[in-house]
Amino acid sequence: MPIRERGPVTSPASTSATLGDAEVRALRADFPILAEHVGGHPLVYLDSGATAQQPLAVLDAVDDFVRHRNAAVHRGAHTLAAEATEEFEDARATVAAFVGARPEEIVWTTNATEAINIVAYGVSNASVGRGGAEARRFAIGPGDEIVATELEHHANLIPWQELAARTGASLRIVHLEDDGTLREDELASVIGERTRIVAVAHVSNVLGTVTPVERIVALAHAVGALVVLDACQSVPHRPVDVAALGVDFAAFSGHKMLGPTGVGVLWGRRELLDALPPVLTGGSMITTVSLESAEYLPAPQRFEAGTQKVAQAIGLAAAVRYLEAIGMERVREHEERLARRLLEGVSALPGMTVLGPPAGVDRGGLVSLVVDGVHAHDVGQYLDEAGIAVRVGHHCAQPLHRRFGVTATVRASTYLYTTEEEVDAFLDRLASVRSFFRVAR
Amino acid sequence: MTGGLDQLYGDLIVDHAERRVGAGLLEDPDVRSHQVNPTCGDEIWLDLAVDPERPDAVHIAWEGHGCLISQGSASMLAELLDGAPRAELPARIAAVREMLHSRGTIAGDEDVLGDAVALAGVSRYVARVKCAMLAWVALEDAVARLP
Repeated sequence: MPIRERGPVTSPASTSATLGDAEVRALRADFPILAEHVGGHPLVYLDSGATAQQPLAVLDAVDDFVRHRNAAVHRGAHTLAAEATEEFEDARATVAAFVGARPEEIVWTTNATEAINIVAYGVSNASVGRGGAEARRFAIGPGDEIVATELEHHANLIPWQELAARTGASLRIVHLEDDGTLREDELASVIGERTRIVAVAHVSNVLGTVTPVERIVALAHAVGALVVLDACQSVPHRPVDVAALGVDFAAFSGHKMLGPTGVGVLWGRRELLDALPPVLTGGSMITTVSLESAEYLPAPQRFEAGTQKVAQAIGLAAAVRYLEAIGMERVREHEERLARRLLEGVSALPGMTVLGPPAGVDRGGLVSLVVDGVHAHDVGQYLDEAGIAVRVGHHCAQPLHRRFGVTATVRASTYLYTTEEEVDAFLDRLASVRSFFRVAR
Repeated sequence: MTGGLDQLYGDLIVDHAERRVGAGLLEDPDVRSHQVNPTCGDEIWLDLAVDPERPDAVHIAWEGHGCLISQGSASMLAELLDGAPRAELPARIAAVREMLHSRGTIAGDEDVLGDAVALAGVSRYVARVKCAMLAWVALEDAVARLP
């Protein structure tokens, strides 16, 4: 039975160069949740940096798959199993093309955290001799160094702390300038002959800083080190070509790019993924198994043990098609415009401090700030009362917050469906937060 | 203050967050508990010292940083319970917890909880219950470890 045709993904026509107000308002109709009200107020969703909302194209793709083709993949020979497998692999190809990768270089994970841990534990396994001769290139031990930065999300820091602790390697840190950029001098001095792995975020989830990935790759590769890129805040918001960037591994999450929760991606250069020892072992990742030992499939299957998140992967591919139809450069420009409006608006308010690079430099479409005299949780509560959803807390980046002498910040993050009116609603409400809490009258 | 936030940020809570009754750690506590709210990084250190004159009573002091709810709650705790009989502490902690987990259905008894009855409104805001409980969890931990 042939694979049945699936309907095209609907999305607004991307005719104009920039993503204009009218187009943004029109595409908001694709996101049912954006019409919700919170406490009697229209929802103003400024927390896409934590999790993005899903368009009908994604909801429908998941629904359609589960209703009509749901089956386990890469096992079974019945029609549904074949259709599910084909759609699952089509999804892989769609996501691969979106980031400049080959399909076999895309490993489905639960989230970006798992993706980074697969690399860390794969290296760990290689370090105790697993994976044979081809995995020896990954082995690290005492005297070797892993480099991370002060702006990392905990997901790109703690796995390396743990890897260092297990192997006896040292973890070294590149610190931040006051403007939230990486210290150039430290990049050059910390990445050195002993460096084996450099772990860095592409875009900071707190500061919006865009890190100098190409320079980091050059420094790392000059000493034979691998670069692991946390692309969670870049792939959803700007064009990213992992191969062109030159990194060795990259991780990103489906739910931050209009897709479902429960699916993320590990990308790795093919020769690396084929040599890296698997972490989760079990069904569907083997060639031959005896009672004593097993041979493993090449990537990506060697990292995909057990029943897979099929519907989620298909939903993520639908999200990618939606983003492609709009155009990632237009998404980036739109968010850049909103970030400027946010930055200028917050800067005009007394008693507010913005962390991270100023407007005018290349940065992510989010703003984290501190309100003098009012704790971030209290600010968030005051905003929520008006239907405005922001993230408050340390955003899984405690060392970064400590660097700036704060425990928690308020983060407003934008996406392609965010409007200028929403930014203004946030700024208006923020303007009265200090008087509400009596630190300014 | 206006709207539903009145319930959350009552005058008593804001007042306590400013006054910080009992803030400033003891020089030689018998027990110190350190508690962190992992979602926001807020921290509290809470000291207990048995009163040498009245061995059944404890002195309470604390230090910390956090939102109005966590700071106001710690101040209320100290005002209510500094010098209180040790034997009474578990019941007071239980009463606060019951009220805070009640989703607005238990008002709290002022004779038992003092100013902390003002925290009743917090119980409607599930995400903030941890903030209000932080000091009380520290007290519970410290009492459990008191020699």
